[in-house]
Amino acid sequence: MEKIFQKLSLASASLVFVILVGIFITLFNSSKVAIDEFGFDFITNTDWNKDITIENKYDGIINEEDTEEDDDSMLFDEDDEDLNTKTVFGGLVPIVGTLLTTLIALVFALPIAMGIAVFLAEIAPKNISHVVGIAIELLAAIPSIIFGMWGLYYFAPIVADLVGGYQVSLLTAGLVLGVMILPFMAAITRDSMNTTPSVLKESAYALGATKFEVIKDIIFPYSKTGIIGSIILALGRALGETMAVAFLIGSIFVLPTAINTPTISIPVAMANNFGEASGLGESALFYLALLLFLMSFSIISIAKLYFLKKVH
Amino acid sequence: MRLIINKIFLALSVLSAIIGLSFLAWILITLFIKGLGSFHFNLFLNDLIDGGLRNLIIGQFILAGLAASIGIPLGMAAGIYIQEYGRGSFTSLIRNLSDIMMSAPSIVIGAFVYAVVVIPTGGTSGFAGAIALAIMMIPVVINTTDNMLSLVPRELREAGIALGASKYRVILDIVIKAAKVGIMTGILLAFARIIGETAPLLFTSETSNYFSLDLTESFPSLTVSIYDLANEPEESSRDLAWAASFILTVLVLVINLVGRFLTRTKG
Repeated sequence: MEKIFQKLSLASASLVFVILVGIFITLFNSSKVAIDEFGFDFITNTDWNKDITIENKYDGIINEEDTEEDDDSMLFDEDDEDLNTKTVFGGLVPIVGTLLTTLIALVFALPIAMGIAVFLAEIAPKNISHVVGIAIELLAAIPSIIFGMWGLYYFAPIVADLVGGYQVSLLTAGLVLGVMILPFMAAITRDSMNTTPSVLKESAYALGATKFEVIKDIIFPYSKTGIIGSIILALGRALGETMAVAFLIGSIFVLPTAINTPTISIPVAMANNFGEASGLGESALFYLALLLFLMSFSIISIAKLYFLKKVH
Repeated sequence: MRLIINKIFLALSVLSAIIGLSFLAWILITLFIKGLGSFHFNLFLNDLIDGGLRNLIIGQFILAGLAASIGIPLGMAAGIYIQEYGRGSFTSLIRNLSDIMMSAPSIVIGAFVYAVVVIPTGGTSGFAGAIALAIMMIPVVINTTDNMLSLVPRELREAGIALGASKYRVILDIVIKAAKVGIMTGILLAFARIIGETAPLLFTSETSNYFSLDLTESFPSLTVSIYDLANEPEESSRDLAWAASFILTVLVLVINLVGRFLTRTKG
């Protein structure tokens, strides 16, 4: 019995390893077709699902046609026998969209999250800190699809009024993403700050330091690695967020020309196209998934292994 | 001067807290006004095909419940192994991998399940959706179990062993009992998290307009249907999406508060 119990729990623990390795292998296998076809050019190519026509007669002349356009709008001669078309997928647009929305979210959330963490850890009296702490954690518990709907119908119109441009854009998607990671970032930053020994703080106060000086010179240096770790962790979460961004980014495969124009991110590209895709297109989506997984895997590993070793 | 900087700094910090709380209030008030405005008791009696939400709410509970019944035993067993049996580099590897898995993008987990379950079985199904949610839940349960068991004092284990109990008896009868409240709270929070998930279900369970208990077919999901409804042009669909969002959020927040209340009264 003892042996069986131990073996079962060992098997469950190993399952984590099996699933993670399984995800890697599966994503790699499923994107193999796209990797063989496009290689690393995939990362730098902006075309998604485009038929590139190569007319062999005049080599060097390439016509590009959007597949979604109707046949009668096509310009090239259809009886041309030397016509060669191939569909091209490139991931640059969603990759850029993912990175930029995450960056905007981070720039927006970071100062507010730090302020909240300081408020919770150092300024507010215990009972207020407790209540506000619960409220912030409830904000973190709200499902992401709710952030998306609220963002699209209530937040984005205001932002678009203030800044101009489209309601669905990099900016509005990034800001709503920022609101989403805000409570998460604040909560773990507060936890890191709380690990500062009170002896250190008290001796600084005894020397006449103000609260600001104690936070800046004692608490911050002491909990620095924990704070950086929590920022990176929030970043990893923002990279993979799907639903909140899906409502707001506009979902078009076009590089953003300005901060207030629509584009697409990797999770949103997957959410919107997976159902209809097949063959090369599906494989290209798996290629995007693999890239996203690699990005978040490495970011989270850095945060966990390097910065958050001791802090929990 | 120092005092002025101090004042400004403190004011900014309080302001941040106010901004954070206003976002929460803004979202909740929006949900209340829009959600309650379209809320009707008939929503619980009709299925989506007749303009209600009954099949979706039941479906979402079944998906999350099935995921929990897969994820909780596996997660707890793995957590027990890490804390009670394991030592050395394998254990810390599993612990780190579990932490990484906890933050893995949910849409990627959806894609994984699509490749290993949906494609081989020939289509989307309730099982596939539940598996995707279970994969999201396992690392959270591992983390909770691991943390809570580590708080149980050594002496309790030693006392059990000294009485001649075998190790697994000590774990099941003494250690788990001592950590019960903490583990239950963690599990409730994990459940609240997966019941609100959309991305892993999009192409695993999809959703359905009809009532269904058949887990081998596309399965009704509240969250996936909210996404579909919110993107439809008709006002009535969007109103329904708001009502559904309201119900979902109340559900998630209540489970969360129950979890917190549990720890407060007993822990």
